[in-house]
Amino acid sequence: MEHLEYLFAAYSIIFAVIFLYVLFIWRRQAALDAELRTLEARMAALNESSTAADVSEPRTDI
Amino acid sequence: MNSAIRNGLGYTTLALMIAALFMVFDYVPPEAEQGIAQLIFYFHVPLAWVAFASFAIVAIAGIFYLWLGDQLWDDLGYAAAETGMVFCTLMIVAGSIWAKPIWGTWWTWDSRLTTTFILWLMYGGYLMLRASADDTPQVARFAAVLGIVAVLDVPIVIASVRLWRTIHPAVLVTKQGGHGLEDPRMVATLMVCLAAFTALWAWLLMLRFMQLRTRSRMGTLAVRIAFANAAASDSK
Repeated sequence: MEHLEYLFAAYSIIFAVIFLYVLFIWRRQAALDAELRTLEARMAALNESSTAADVSEPRTDI
Repeated sequence: MNSAIRNGLGYTTLALMIAALFMVFDYVPPEAEQGIAQLIFYFHVPLAWVAFASFAIVAIAGIFYLWLGDQLWDDLGYAAAETGMVFCTLMIVAGSIWAKPIWGTWWTWDSRLTTTFILWLMYGGYLMLRASADDTPQVARFAAVLGIVAVLDVPIVIASVRLWRTIHPAVLVTKQGGHGLEDPRMVATLMVCLAAFTALWAWLLMLRFMQLRTRSRMGTLAVRIAFANAAASDSK
């Protein structure tokens, strides 16, 4: 079993880096989800304010 | 639909990777001269294949981006460059670890290694460009051109073992023709490893591409919200 340490090192590094890259993608996804929630909240606030403006404005089309 | 493909690819990758590891460590006989270190080859070659496939996609996406100007192609190119860089780095590292016991050195400025290193530098430059600048159409155009130019090095890397004097083994297609894998079990193991890494690459590329698509759409949405906010505050 000569050179076993090289074989072990190569396969360990390959799987470690792939695992880290998957982790990086997963963290990016979590950040994107948080950003999406912020955008949805802003959108909801915008919709609410426009609805309130519609209600407070007197109708002129009657 | 997308999540079904994504999950299917994920499970396929897992199954193929387990099969590949079984074949490398339990099925295939080590090569007579190199011994156990030769088993690194079964992951080194698939890593090279998926790296080159990624860089081809970067170039194709770059051409379509320059032609059509659609953000989708820029996102695909960016995702492919990133996954390609991960696999290219791993290919170089795995090759270097194999070289130490076989050549007695971690690195030598052999034609195959040097051209591969140039390829790695070019895509490193591509990713640095994307990371250091804002996502403007101008940066996307520069990146597209860089991706198209950089892919020209891929055929040079592949042909380097035939064009110049080199100590890198030409295993898949030897100078005499045919391949250097004398045992059919070696060919079968290489095929399974190639399938496993192709599935892994497709899965990671899809994940990253879908993320970048979502980010682009969110960017557009954020701009619309900002405009709507500005319009609402102007009307008050």
